[in-house]
Amino acid sequence: MSVETQPMPRESGSSWLTNPTVRSIVIQVSLIVALVAFTWWIIDNTARNLAAANIASGFGFLWSRAGFDIAITPIPYTSNDTYGHAIIVAIINTLIVASTGIALATILGFIVGIGRLSRNFLIRMLSTVYVETFRNIPPLLVILFWYFGVLSVLSGPRGVEENVFGVYLTNRGLQIPSLIFEALAYASVFAFVIGVAGAIYLARRNKKIQLATGERKPTLWPTVGLVVGLPILAFLLTGLPATLEYPTANRFNLAGGFQVRPEYIALWLALSIYTGAFIAEIVRAGILSVSKGQNEAASALGLKRGHALRLVVVPQAFRVIIPPLTSQYLNLTKNSSLGLAIGYPELVAVGSTVLNQSGQSIEIVVIWMTVYLTISISVSIFMNWFNAKMALVER
Amino acid sequence: MKSKLLTAVLGLSIAGLAAGTASAQTLETVKDRGMLRCGVNTGLPGFASQNDQGEWQGLDVDYCKAVAAAVFGDASKVQYSPLSAVQRFPALQNNEIDLLARNTTWTMDRDTTLGLAFAGVNYYDGQGFMVKNDLGVNSALELSGATVCVQSGTTTELNLADYFRVNNMEYNPVVIESQSDVNSAYDSGRCDVLTTDASGLAASRLEMANPDNHTILPEIISKEPLGPAVRQGDDQWLNIVQWTHFALLDAEELGVTMDNVDEMMESENPEIRRLLGQDKNFGEAVGLSADWAANVIKAVGNYGEIFERNIGVNTPLKIQRGQNALWTDGGLQYGMPIR
Repeated sequence: MSVETQPMPRESGSSWLTNPTVRSIVIQVSLIVALVAFTWWIIDNTARNLAAANIASGFGFLWSRAGFDIAITPIPYTSNDTYGHAIIVAIINTLIVASTGIALATILGFIVGIGRLSRNFLIRMLSTVYVETFRNIPPLLVILFWYFGVLSVLSGPRGVEENVFGVYLTNRGLQIPSLIFEALAYASVFAFVIGVAGAIYLARRNKKIQLATGERKPTLWPTVGLVVGLPILAFLLTGLPATLEYPTANRFNLAGGFQVRPEYIALWLALSIYTGAFIAEIVRAGILSVSKGQNEAASALGLKRGHALRLVVVPQAFRVIIPPLTSQYLNLTKNSSLGLAIGYPELVAVGSTVLNQSGQSIEIVVIWMTVYLTISISVSIFMNWFNAKMALVER
Repeated sequence: MKSKLLTAVLGLSIAGLAAGTASAQTLETVKDRGMLRCGVNTGLPGFASQNDQGEWQGLDVDYCKAVAAAVFGDASKVQYSPLSAVQRFPALQNNEIDLLARNTTWTMDRDTTLGLAFAGVNYYDGQGFMVKNDLGVNSALELSGATVCVQSGTTTELNLADYFRVNNMEYNPVVIESQSDVNSAYDSGRCDVLTTDASGLAASRLEMANPDNHTILPEIISKEPLGPAVRQGDDQWLNIVQWTHFALLDAEELGVTMDNVDEMMESENPEIRRLLGQDKNFGEAVGLSADWAANVIKAVGNYGEIFERNIGVNTPLKIQRGQNALWTDGGLQYGMPIR
């Protein structure tokens, strides 16, 4: 090593053996060749041994009939569909629990993280207890706690007392009335789109005005009015084009309405609460990383504590928060595979069913790895973009 | 934890497939090792479960012992690997076990695409349903709208989907990987119905908080021939397992039992003499001793004895012989002749 790094006098006539450029190219090329050869050897050996052991291989099985049912199907799926279709349903289930989990974990994490720095003793203590408890428990236990400890001990759906809201929480999950929309309801959807567009325009215009004149125009309430009020207005004007479907008890279960299964609730709450504890620490560290002078300068300018936090501290803290936040998001996504333990039909659970029904273990493992890699890389790319946007712009 | 274990097994299986070569010499390997490695259920009373002393017992376990007795003359030379439904086939494919005796249904797909060979049917089973008495259900056809607990990755899961679809009924599946978790989910009220093989239902009922509150419905919705399996491509080893099974059946048919096997050595009956290796060395052709079948019977008894000891009417499972009676008694169990 030391020989390589020594500066070599480049005299004329020196051998190509000692030329650092040639050397580095030779080393890198031979490394790539070795890596490719090794990979090829593994693949070839595996394929040959599979053939020798009379085990079918290849991805053709994805197009054959699955034959099993999946408990939670966000897109239409029956047992007559293919293995490939079943895996797509599972990927969507993974994405649903990961995205809703990330949303709740972020909210929890920010509230608790700021709470840990609160001047209020009770809030500070509660936040600390939350963080220290859930950070130090394996996520699987948190999931099992919610599933077996909380949701399973609820009473069954039979003989449940009727209530006017049509909301029932039983050991079969949360059952709420569902809205069945008629054709005119598209007017409300249209109004919502217009509302969002209007809100974005308003936010940009107000920012421009503030940059130009320093005057802060009200943004919050007009935005609420546009995004929430406009669709509701459209809904009322078109004459309530929807009906509520209430859950009713049949012989075994509550049928009708919208059902949220306990497997989802348990996994979602557990992942959010578990990851929220880590995010809280990241947020706290981020806020503490902003120098005290910034806070003092903000209060010297007459900003209230809330304003100082929102306008001065948090934007600067974001630079520190975002990179570790990304890895927490990735952790949450990967931990969603623990849904297997309680029967939430995410990618690993459905994948292992497919694996056992079709016997294609290597192909399924390849699918698992590819999907998780794709999700993780996508999250990373998005967060890197967000990070670049939030980074301090030096003027 | 489960998923980590699964991942580890799969990782090993890939490594195993990449590095290992298909072995056609299972008998040699087993003899050299001095141990039979046998894959069994993680815990299914009557078929494979551990008693208070940690000893394995059950019908499938006795098949492991029988094969060990045929090979070594010593039924204790077995190393048990408890396997989940998902782990069982990779474990056999990768040489981690020599014999899979884990209430596994013999299907064409498994026999032809997984590199397995089934050696026989040691229990003719069929899928059934169990419900709580207070539901007042008397037939599986009344189950539309029910929530059904089922183990993932089994033929049970497929039959369930087919049965409800064919009969135009709806159901909510709750699919969990381990059978004990499936049972506890059913017992806690997460599901109205538990479905698995009828023998498994009898075993699961024992694990309920109050076994008398549960009824097994009369409908049997599938054929589940359960049997031991070995790797494909080693005919000698397949023959050993196959003929161990037939010897157990022949012994019952001929009235040879664990207790009288020594006296039977002196029997004049030519069929018994052939079974016990008194006339000709039938074991030689598959690399076993002449008295291999006698060793098997001494160790575990004949098929009837194994059945009655583990799952019969005098055990907590109280299962009748039914289809598993010998063909001479109107059942399906038929041992090929040793001659």
